[in-house]
Order: sequence, then structure tokens, then C-alpha cells
Amino acid sequence: MTGFYTLFHKEWLRFWKVSVQTVLAPVLTALLYLMVFGHALAGRVEVFPGIDYRSFLIPGLAMMSVLQNSFANASSSLMQSKMQGNIVFVLLPPLSHREFFMAYLLAAVGRGVVVGAGVLLATVWFIELPLAHPLWVLMFGVAGSAVMGALGIVAGIQSEKVDQLAAFTNFIILPLTFLSGVFYSIQSLSPFWQLVSHLNPVFYMIDGFRYGFFGVSDTSPALSLVIVGASFVALSWLTLALLKRGYKLRY
Amino acid sequence: MPPAIEVLGVAKRYGSLEALAGVSLSVGCGEFFGLLGPNGAGKTTLISILAGLARASRGSVRIMGHDVVDNYREARRALGVVPQELVFDPFFTVRETLVFQSGYFGLRDNRAWIDEVLDNLDLTAKADTNMRALSGGMKRRVLVAQALVHKPPVIVLDEPTAGVDVELRQALWRFIRRLNRDGHTIVLTTHYLEEAEALCGRIAMLKQGRIVALDRTENLLQMHSGCQLVLRLGAALPVALEPQLAERREDGALRLALPDYAAVEGVMAALREAQVAVQEMEILQPDLEDVFVQIMNKA
Repeated sequence: MTGFYTLFHKEWLRFWKVSVQTVLAPVLTALLYLMVFGHALAGRVEVFPGIDYRSFLIPGLAMMSVLQNSFANASSSLMQSKMQGNIVFVLLPPLSHREFFMAYLLAAVGRGVVVGAGVLLATVWFIELPLAHPLWVLMFGVAGSAVMGALGIVAGIQSEKVDQLAAFTNFIILPLTFLSGVFYSIQSLSPFWQLVSHLNPVFYMIDGFRYGFFGVSDTSPALSLVIVGASFVALSWLTLALLKRGYKLRY
Repeated sequence: MPPAIEVLGVAKRYGSLEALAGVSLSVGCGEFFGLLGPNGAGKTTLISILAGLARASRGSVRIMGHDVVDNYREARRALGVVPQELVFDPFFTVRETLVFQSGYFGLRDNRAWIDEVLDNLDLTAKADTNMRALSGGMKRRVLVAQALVHKPPVIVLDEPTAGVDVELRQALWRFIRRLNRDGHTIVLTTHYLEEAEALCGRIAMLKQGRIVALDRTENLLQMHSGCQLVLRLGAALPVALEPQLAERREDGALRLALPDYAAVEGVMAALREAQVAVQEMEILQPDLEDVFVQIMNKA
């Protein structure tokens, strides 16, 4: 356990030591989205009956930040370590592939949750936000960041250059998070795009997370949790299999 | 007691490139062992397989009796590796780096030993300095310290003195020698053959993924090099001695390669017979570089 804990602690400190860049910057980005979209659409759009658009927007933005930062933490840490060569320091010790996985995953969840909490804390002072089911908020926050943390580990292992990881982020993570109902309810979409949205696992993360605040959602939160949970199990299985083989880590 | 390192028929392929073509060797506990070879001979690949950084395509490796794949935890606990590349984590200080490295090996409170290693490597004053701010030589010392945090019985140093100044090189060797005297098994790769000659009790030479020589250092020196005789003569070299001429130096001196010391008498007799006066004479000891070149050319 000491090996796992040490690697987790190191990964935690790695982002915490540069928290201006890894925590404050994404919180500021989320606030800018809120200001711009809130200003442009408040009063014109009512997604859920009786709920102000800016209130509707906050959980989506918070969850989007959680997901993007969980992914970024695991993927950039691993890719940088590989590029700088210091990955050797965690490959030489007797750490198992499970310890390796859990340490990177929990640090990714940690950063996601800290950034998400930061977005919520920065906004609740001036925009009213109910909290109907806090446990659902917590469950979706942790489960969503775990899925993206695992995906981040896969991307970090796979990427050998900065541009490969940037492609992963820009062509997979950003579209998945932006087209998941952060800024709108998918009920407003055409049947075709509703179907497409239902194929996006990030949609269920955002929808379930939002249910925790408003008690209203596009899909049943229990179904969302099952889908997010199944995504996590599948991705974890894949990641553990890659780590056990030493794919792109041990040649 | 099992050997410190046991390599059995290890081969490694990277696509069409055969980096190792069936290497077998055994390093006993407490040995100071040298692994020599030109660039691309497979030294680093072999070390990577010992350390679990690469996986053998064929064959097996044991560290202190523990298979590096099936029993990787015990094998890695028994091994400390100083990598060839000057790598570091720019987020942390020297002490943090060593505390983390200890933790990865399951050591929770390793302060006393970390302080001792820092002291021995003259790093105490830099303990709280960020790794980024260290010179290349200091970073190299930290790499050595990282390999030692868990007091491994077997220590592998992959070209530890590449690009290192004389002072650090000597300090490093004093420290490594002391570790060897204390019972640690040391495996060293280096391109500085005089270092290997001075330090290693036994040497393996690799070429194109194969072992082309493996023996005690003194046996290698005796077996392959004979001796060298440098002469400055009052007249031309007798024709009878020309087959032994290895080099005509620019300053007029001649270097003869002889199979052994006894052959010196034959040279003297030939010179007397031809009435050629000897103005200067020097017998050179064979060194590892001669042996190395000879073996590599033959293999």
C-alpha cells in the first residue's frame, strides 16, 4: 500500500504545486463561459420549467470542468513523464499494474473534484442553485471523473508526442463534453441528434450530475449511473490490461 | 546462495532488429562486473530486461534468484538501476524525489538512510533545491541516490560517468567501491575502458547482441594482448622483425606487437645480429583498450 499511496501523493502534489494552472485556470474558464452564455441567453431560454438558464448552466459547466480536468491530469502527467523519461522512476520499483492504475486514477479524480468544487464555490454566491440530491451530485462527480481519469491514462500511455495527446483532447474529449447537454437540454434537439446524444456516455454524466441539483433530468438518473458505471468498468478493464502488458511503457 | 544475476538465453527483438541474440551469463554476489561493448551492442537492452523496463523475447533473468517477470516485486526490490539518460522530475526537490522513490519501494520512513546517501554523494547542501536548478553532475548524483534508496543488494550503473567531470567521477567511484566492499554486487557499463579495467573483477564484452568475451579482467588482459615493445633504433628495423611491426610513429619510434614477454629476447637477438643499436626502449603493459579492439575486430 505504501507504494500506491506514494505514487498517488506524488501525482496529487504534481497538480497541486501548480494549482494556478491546474485548478484556478479551469475555474476561471468555467466562469467566463457562465458570464458569456448566461448574459446572451438568460431570460431567453428556459430549459427546465421555473429554472433560470444560468442556474441550469452551472452544474453542466462544473461537470464539464470535472471531466476535462480529470482527463488532462492523468493524460498529461503520463505523457510528460514518458517524454521527459522520468517514467522510469515508477517503472523500476515493485509497483503492480493495479497500484499504478489506482494512483493515477485517484489523482485524476482528485483534481476533477477539486476543480468541480471550485466552479461551484465560485458561482453559488451570485447565482441561486438548489441542491436536491447531494449524494447523486457526489456519485456522478466521482464516477464521471473516474471514467475520464481512466481514459486519460489510456491516452497518456498511447501518446508519444504532445500533438498526439492534443488530437485526443481536441477530437475526442472536447466534442464528447461539448455535445453532451452542458449548454442545453437534449429535449430541444431533433430525434436524430437526441439519438446521437444518447450514444455519448458523457451525456449521462452531465444529466445525472444535474439531476442531483434540480431533481429533474432528461434520462432516469439510475439508468445514467448504470451507464457511467459500465463505462468505468469497461475502460478500467482495458486500462489494466494495457498496464499489465506494459503496452508502450515496458518495451 | 543464488547468483546475484542469472541471465539464461536472453534474446530480444524489436521488429526486424535483433538487439540480443541469446545471451547467458551469471554474476556472483559481491562481484564488480563490467559489461562492455560498442554502441548498439545490446548493453542497455540487457540492463532494461534485468530492470523490467523491457521484456525478453526469449530466455529468462533472475535477480537474487527471483525471476524478473514471474517474481517481479522481489526482483525489483533487489535491484537498483542508475539509468543512462539524465532524467529527473522537474516538479520536486532532491529530498522529495528521494522520499518518493523510497515510498515506491514500500519504505515509509527512510529519512536516516536518505540523509546518509545525500551526505555520501555531497548532496546535503542541495537537498531542498528543485531538481530543475541542479547542474548535470548534481542530477547524475541524484540518479545514483535514487537507485540506492532501498539499499538494493545488486546495483546496475549504465554509463554513470558519461559527461561527468573528473572530480565527480572519482567521488562516484570511491562511493561505488565502498558499496562493493560492503557486499553490494555492482554491474557497470562504460565506454571508459580504463575505468572498467581498474574497477571490474570480471568483464563481459558484447557485440551485436552476443557475448564475444567473458572472463576475469586479468585473464582477458593476458589472453589477448601479449605485450608491446616501443623502440627507437640507430638504423632501420631488420627485415626479420617487420612482421611484428604494429606502428611507425611520427617521432620515428617503432611499436612492435609481441605475443608475450619472452619474445622480447628474440627481438634483442635479431637487433644484435643486424648490429642495430637500441637508443630507447619501453615495454608497454597491455591495456583493456587493446584487448577490446582485438576482440571486437576478431568477433
